[in-house]
Amino acid sequence: MAVKNFVVGLFDDEAVLFPAVKKVRTAGYKLHDVYTPFPVHGLDHAMGLRETSLHTAGFIYGITGTTTALTFMSWVFNVDWPLNIGGKPHFPLPAFIPITFELTVLFAAVGMVMTFCYLCQLMPGVKKHIFHPRQTDDKFVMVIELTEKSNAEEIKRFLNEAGAHDVNEQRAEAGWWYGRYDKNDEDVYARPVNA
Amino acid sequence: MSLKYESTLREPLVDGVKDYHQVTEDIISPIEGKPGKLWYVGFLISLSLLGFGAFSVFWQIYFGVGVWNLNKTIGWGWDITNFVWWVGIGHAGTLISAILLLFRQGWRTGVNRAAEAMTIFAVMCAGQFPIIHMGRVWMAFFILPYPNTRGPVWVNFNSPLLWDVFAISTYFTVSLLFWYSGLIPDFATIRDRAKTKLRKLLYGVAAFGWTGSTKHWQRHEALSLVLAGLSTPLVLSVHTIVSFDFATSVIPGWHTTIFPPYFVAGAIFSGFAMVQTLLIITRKILHLEEYITLGHMEAMNKVIVLTGSVVGCAYLTELFMAWYGANPYEFATFFKYRAAGPLGWSYWIMMTCNVITPQVFWFRKMRRNVMVTFVMSIIVNIGMWFERFVIICTSLYRDYLPSSWSYYRPSWPEVGFYMGTFGLFFTCYFLFAKYFPVIAVAEIKAILKTSGENFKEKMEVYEGESAEQFAKAVHHEHAH
Repeated sequence: MAVKNFVVGLFDDEAVLFPAVKKVRTAGYKLHDVYTPFPVHGLDHAMGLRETSLHTAGFIYGITGTTTALTFMSWVFNVDWPLNIGGKPHFPLPAFIPITFELTVLFAAVGMVMTFCYLCQLMPGVKKHIFHPRQTDDKFVMVIELTEKSNAEEIKRFLNEAGAHDVNEQRAEAGWWYGRYDKNDEDVYARPVNA
Repeated sequence: MSLKYESTLREPLVDGVKDYHQVTEDIISPIEGKPGKLWYVGFLISLSLLGFGAFSVFWQIYFGVGVWNLNKTIGWGWDITNFVWWVGIGHAGTLISAILLLFRQGWRTGVNRAAEAMTIFAVMCAGQFPIIHMGRVWMAFFILPYPNTRGPVWVNFNSPLLWDVFAISTYFTVSLLFWYSGLIPDFATIRDRAKTKLRKLLYGVAAFGWTGSTKHWQRHEALSLVLAGLSTPLVLSVHTIVSFDFATSVIPGWHTTIFPPYFVAGAIFSGFAMVQTLLIITRKILHLEEYITLGHMEAMNKVIVLTGSVVGCAYLTELFMAWYGANPYEFATFFKYRAAGPLGWSYWIMMTCNVITPQVFWFRKMRRNVMVTFVMSIIVNIGMWFERFVIICTSLYRDYLPSSWSYYRPSWPEVGFYMGTFGLFFTCYFLFAKYFPVIAVAEIKAILKTSGENFKEKMEVYEGESAEQFAKAVHHEHAH
């Protein structure tokens, strides 16, 4: 990832944010991201984001758990060490169900959370640029990326008209890096702008 | 445009004049301040209980399980009673966070964080009992299926006790993941408003670099929903499997097909009671009465009266089946040694606390009374502890052979161990209440407009206007 220039606008209410997102898209500006303090339903559709396929990943992990449990238990009881436990059958499917179910859930849950963290680049020690300290509190922050074609003043005027306030220009690292939030990372921003 | 509003007639879930920032202030400022005197007192009491528990466990491990008053007849006593009780307590947390999420119950947002924390701490307490009960705890790893040098002799996958190992560890892991993934956005909120360097560092690590990006929220919502979908059958399975420990045996009083649903209902019953106990104290100490409202308590009391009645129904069914099944041993267990006999007193405590007293919650006035709810929540927990005691001990103390009949009372290390888990539970809960947001901040904000008191009032004014007009009005309001 690279350092880029952004125009940042603050919104107070999601009711104002929604029409603004639509306007940005019709105007053709490069919408970098919208940061909200809570999940705003429908905002992903308004921004034109693709549906997440995390569910599919979860399903695959679950199936993996099911097969792992069933094959492992069958292998242990029938192949590796067939043991007569009170004359019970070596392939007691009903008795295998509880553990099979538990492993299905375990694999699906752990796999999904890890995939979620990977996709969102979340991990202890990960640092990302915070465009406004209140974007996790009560402000809705719209960030538009500046490209060679776009005019910063024009976008600022546009955001003001759409209902944003505190509109400003920021030079920021767009990706993530290892760092601490209690320290300033000047070197990250010192790199040349990739516009 | 998603501007859907709930009926103004429905009781608001968040009282008072709140906006998004006010919600953050109310819930996060207790974390930033110094804890009150009461917190220190409670924390020290919990720590000393924990210390006594640790000493009792040390004593038991040093001298062996013989220091417990278990005997040849009663092989399971307080230890497994406490195990089942603590696991049951945990269930309300998952129920609130998972099942109520799937059912789109908005009121869960006020209580889910604390309830999930309760689940995790309760399962931590529960897990210790079967492990310590093994006696030689340093051999506990024998229950794990791993290729070993002893044969390889594998674990017995037919055994319900092994199913327990998988069920409890899966339950703990999934609850922990569910809880923590919900906490990440709130940790980011604390991090971004932190004034001190230490707080920025610690919450920065805990927040995993969360920014609140729309794409991330979309994935987060999908994750929560699927985890809820996974936890819903999981929470039912865990206590079902715990009940298999008994139901798959041939002991009269245990060998019953009603056990799985009856155990699950009982677990939810006692779990909700514990949530009530904790939340009534928490809302008082942290001044969160506007977020954990009487409406929340009423909703939970409705669950308590429902599950309490299910449990009562199960007791009566058991009695009926003991008579109708025409098995003399089962009849003797239920009618001679449970309802009467030397341990009969425990049966009647159970009946009173679980079946009779919760019926006060049929009255709206009682459901909405904080003191009544608090007292009832403790009564229910006592009752549910006795339920497990009754199932375990009154089924065992009179077996097929009259010469081995015996009585049971716990020894001090058994009591101490139980007290110790209380210490652990409350130590964890006090730390949680101090350093973690006890209410899911982001989730409260998400329902604030549809069920916040002041927004409901505003909506009466805007009713009939189109969404565009409403957006303009709100925009105008924020312009100054």
